[in-house]
Amino acid sequence: MKASGENKEIKEPASSKKTEVVIHAKGIAKAFGDKEVLKNINFDLKRGENMVVLGKSGMGKSVTIQCIVGMLKPDAGTLTVLGENVAEMGDEELKQLRMKIGFLFQSGALYDSMTVRENLEFPLTRVLKLTDQQDIDKRVEEVLDGVGLLDAIDKLPSDLSGGMRKRVGLARTLIVKPEIMLYDEPTTGLDPITSREISELILHMQQKYKTSSIIITHDMECARITADRIVVMDDGEYIAEGSYKELQKSDNKMVRSFFNETT
Amino acid sequence: MAEQAITGWRRWAEGIGEQCVFFARFFRNIFAGGFEWSEFVRQCYEIGYRSMMLVGITSFIMGLVLIVQLRPSLVDLGAASMLPKTLTVSFIREIGPVITAIICAGKIASSIGAELGSMKVTEQIDAMEVSGANPLQYLVVTRIFATSLMVPLLSIIGDAIGLFGGFLALNITDSISFSLYFNKCISSLDFSDFLPAVVKTVFFGFAIGFVGCYKGYHSNKGTESVGIAANSAVVTASLWIFVIDAIAVQITSILFYH
Repeated sequence: MKASGENKEIKEPASSKKTEVVIHAKGIAKAFGDKEVLKNINFDLKRGENMVVLGKSGMGKSVTIQCIVGMLKPDAGTLTVLGENVAEMGDEELKQLRMKIGFLFQSGALYDSMTVRENLEFPLTRVLKLTDQQDIDKRVEEVLDGVGLLDAIDKLPSDLSGGMRKRVGLARTLIVKPEIMLYDEPTTGLDPITSREISELILHMQQKYKTSSIIITHDMECARITADRIVVMDDGEYIAEGSYKELQKSDNKMVRSFFNETT
Repeated sequence: MAEQAITGWRRWAEGIGEQCVFFARFFRNIFAGGFEWSEFVRQCYEIGYRSMMLVGITSFIMGLVLIVQLRPSLVDLGAASMLPKTLTVSFIREIGPVITAIICAGKIASSIGAELGSMKVTEQIDAMEVSGANPLQYLVVTRIFATSLMVPLLSIIGDAIGLFGGFLALNITDSISFSLYFNKCISSLDFSDFLPAVVKTVFFGFAIGFVGCYKGYHSNKGTESVGIAANSAVVTASLWIFVIDAIAVQITSILFYH
């Protein structure tokens, strides 16, 4: 555990070999008007690692991952993703980078005018520019089978339950085989059983596709199942870092409050 | 008070600036390659085919009502034989295109505004963007092209149905054969009546598509904003139709009637 107690000090990430670190964030700050959402965010995400970001709602957890994909631009700091500085990228470079990053939205964000099959074909034909229909069908069926929803291939999103939508959203993200996965509260709005299934699916998919992941959540069960490492965010900064077991023993009130709910 | 006025003007100027940027992005994406033909055809079906009934009924009633309204005045003037010509010229030049465009503003601009607004609220547009796909090319370019193509076609169909409505109205009180009526209609038309009307409906269609897409694409994240986007799209598109019509009539007068 890197920090504990009432002080909000967190150590700078230890320098790693360039090839091992897929995301390097240093001193990231972002404000909306007068409200400083991110103040000083520092972290390294290593290849193959699952990093969970815990924090209260409205603390800027999602803003961090939106900065990673270039949806938002940090006001200060350096954000390097797969060796490239996101702030210095042009439109085309950003597009190329986004092809290597999967982003699972809280709602699943399925295209509601398209069937599940068309949703999954969309990134293959528009992003990877695949034209061979047999190859496309094979990939769609393979990834849908992976999330256990092959039967729903011709259904519309409106015919799916919340958990199924999340699964399809995950399948659509994974179909392009991204190197990095960003999950924005993947279990929000789901019942405990489905939440657990989604968390296990995230872990399974991470192992299958060898992705590095950042999982934004305040679901402790999801954090316990998926996290290699957990960082806790408060007031625009990361205040503690460690494994689930390490943070369980933290004497920081804020960190304890998350774990107390589950014990 | 003055501060509010300044804020209001600043917002208005910002809105104009945003629309210019959106127009530039739309224009750039036309030539970005990979035109979405299947989505374009789907939009043509949604916009064109699904609006045909509404445009047809409205035009039919307009043609019928115009004849009923015009007849007494023209009979008083001893010019009852001018009824087909009067209806044709007024319908083809002005009433048909404007009525069709207003109907389309109400139906299509609001539907595009609401659809894209709801896609924005449910993060579907963000999902397209972060996946590396091009939402502007898929959602905006196709819709604007579809409205620019389908509104003129709907207007032409509406004109024909409106004239047919006029024929039926004329036969309530008078007796005129279908072939004589349509001969009179066609012979009263000139190239300068038809071409400017078709050209301006292309601009009407463009305005309807552009405003609908802009309002939907720039709606805020909240369910209320979907309604605001749809409503604002109808109002703005309708206003643009009259502005374009006013400009078009000036240009047409200079080019054809002087």
